[in-house]
Amino acid sequence: MTAGAVVIRTVGLEKRYDDRIAVRSLDLEVRQGEVFGLLGPNGAGKTTTILMLLGLTEPTGGTAEVLGLDPARNPLAVKRHVGYLPDNVGFYGNLTGRENLRYTARLNGIDGRAANARIDELLRTVGLADAGDRAVETYSRGMRQRLGLADALVKSPSVAILDEPTTSIDPVGVVEVLELVRSLAHDHGVAVLLSSHLLHQVQQVCDRISIFVAGDVVALGTVGEIAAQQQRGLNVSLEIGADGDPAATRAVLEAVPGVVAIDGDPQDHRLLVVTVAPEARSAVLTSLVGAGITPWLVRDRGMELDEIYQRYFAAAGGAPREVAA
Amino acid sequence: MIERSQPSDVTAEVSPATRSIPAGWRIIGGKEFTDHLLSLRFLLLLLLLGALGVGTIYTVAGTIRDAASQVSGARGIFLLLFTLNPSTSITQSLPPFVQLVGFLGPLVGIAFGFNAINSERADGTLPRLLSQPIHRDDVINGKFVAGLATIALILGAVIVLVAAIGMIRLGLVPAGDDAMRLFTWYLMTVIYVGFWLALAMLCSVLFRNSGTAFFAVLAVWLGLTFFGTTIIDAIAGIIAPSGTTGEQQLNNLVWRQNLARLTPNRLFTEMGQVILDPRVQTVDIQGLVALRSNQRALASVLPFTQSLLIVWPQVVGLIGMTSVCFGAAYVAFMRQEVRA
Repeated sequence: MTAGAVVIRTVGLEKRYDDRIAVRSLDLEVRQGEVFGLLGPNGAGKTTTILMLLGLTEPTGGTAEVLGLDPARNPLAVKRHVGYLPDNVGFYGNLTGRENLRYTARLNGIDGRAANARIDELLRTVGLADAGDRAVETYSRGMRQRLGLADALVKSPSVAILDEPTTSIDPVGVVEVLELVRSLAHDHGVAVLLSSHLLHQVQQVCDRISIFVAGDVVALGTVGEIAAQQQRGLNVSLEIGADGDPAATRAVLEAVPGVVAIDGDPQDHRLLVVTVAPEARSAVLTSLVGAGITPWLVRDRGMELDEIYQRYFAAAGGAPREVAA
Repeated sequence: MIERSQPSDVTAEVSPATRSIPAGWRIIGGKEFTDHLLSLRFLLLLLLLGALGVGTIYTVAGTIRDAASQVSGARGIFLLLFTLNPSTSITQSLPPFVQLVGFLGPLVGIAFGFNAINSERADGTLPRLLSQPIHRDDVINGKFVAGLATIALILGAVIVLVAAIGMIRLGLVPAGDDAMRLFTWYLMTVIYVGFWLALAMLCSVLFRNSGTAFFAVLAVWLGLTFFGTTIIDAIAGIIAPSGTTGEQQLNNLVWRQNLARLTPNRLFTEMGQVILDPRVQTVDIQGLVALRSNQRALASVLPFTQSLLIVWPQVVGLIGMTSVCFGAAYVAFMRQEVRA
């Protein structure tokens, strides 16, 4: 996980459409040998960012640099070295998996025996060795996704951009795919840029992440750093379970200075969720015990990536797609 | 016909693992061409055109053989196979071969173009394709070249088949001049069908749904074929009403003809009339009138180059229309967002 050279750098990158901003003033740095996660809900600007990095759409502001090249001016050079797994990847259904990969190989100037060897190896890696000679139209969504991963790696890229690589893969497969992604970066020195809206997976595999909401990066760093940034000065949630009259418990809690809100847990009606300033956490417990109520559960819901993520999504109003310019 | 520089090798110095990458349109074109040849529509269109062509020629050849004694020695008998109306004997319904191709040719072009781009979008293969080290226009150029090659193959196969049957039935081998005429007509037919291919590809760029694209281009084809003349005559009637004097009537006819020449169908028909018949000296209304008043018609037979000179405007016009139509598809494709 040592930080290598910066291979993707964007400075103030922006994409503006007539009616909305898809990406606003994005600053990113992805280094060789790291897995960088773009996390955000659908429509947050992740795919647009990726397309700009590949030179498939032109930025309206700022600059992007991939391997020292400007993708908008020199897309061919960039695309020689960047493997891309698009969101909802598609293949020619009448061709076999192997034939689809061979087509990609030919477009990359890899032909003949070298191509066959590379394709065999990749099909084994993604677990499609047996299905390689079947027409892709017989594949499941998960198999297509795996084939997409193999397709992105055919050209032996030094940068891999994977847009939602784990969608529609079963849980066991997800572990395998994430392991592969990790090994690509850490063992083979490939810079991996991965986008996802599934934060647990991102959390598992990414060295650093940036959270995207409605075209803005709202947080950037390692998972730990982001949590620490966010925790400072923010209220935390305590889950409290206590027997006896809930109304009495509520009354006690309401009297504690620093308590901001008390809600019932929608999933478990026995629990109360108390939003409280971090410094008042202990006071909550002492006052409960002082009032003769001994809780059987106290849990700090804390600030997992989950929470941070939820918080940003709530702040974005739930409809990031229609944010006005 | 689509010349574009190969991907330049400016990347060589930044790339440690330099691979020589061939021009993308060749690879894409090759793949598309293979797809076309293996497709059901290729087989169906080949069978349809082949069967109709053979039926026509077989009938015409019989007619010619019956009449051959009277016109023996005249040049261009062989080409009559393609232009004569076979309605004299068995069937009344078959048009001459040239008309058959003029009518059904567009269908071949439409069949190989209407889902060229939108199917890549629908299948989600376009972003993957465009992320390979190729130029964006390699996609549309490769597909157009593959379509043209397929069209050339179908038309070539049918024409050769039909000519062979004609030779056997007539016991007549085409002279060099005849062969040249037939070959030129074949090339122009490929370009004429190429117009419809380009139009279908334009629709495949503009309409996301391949069904919509198919019906859009089908509507243009049927509209031009069945209502084109009516509409054009009506417009000509407004601009230059056909009055009582000969001059007015002539003026009206000239307008009709010139307006009709804005359609590829008319250009193709006129081109065929001259190229495939060495006796035809003009297709212009004025020219025909002049010929008739001079009583010079049927006086001579033209060499191939003279015939080509007569329809040079039609030839250039047809090439121009096809180019413009492909250009429109090209521009539309280049301006589209990859993801939309």
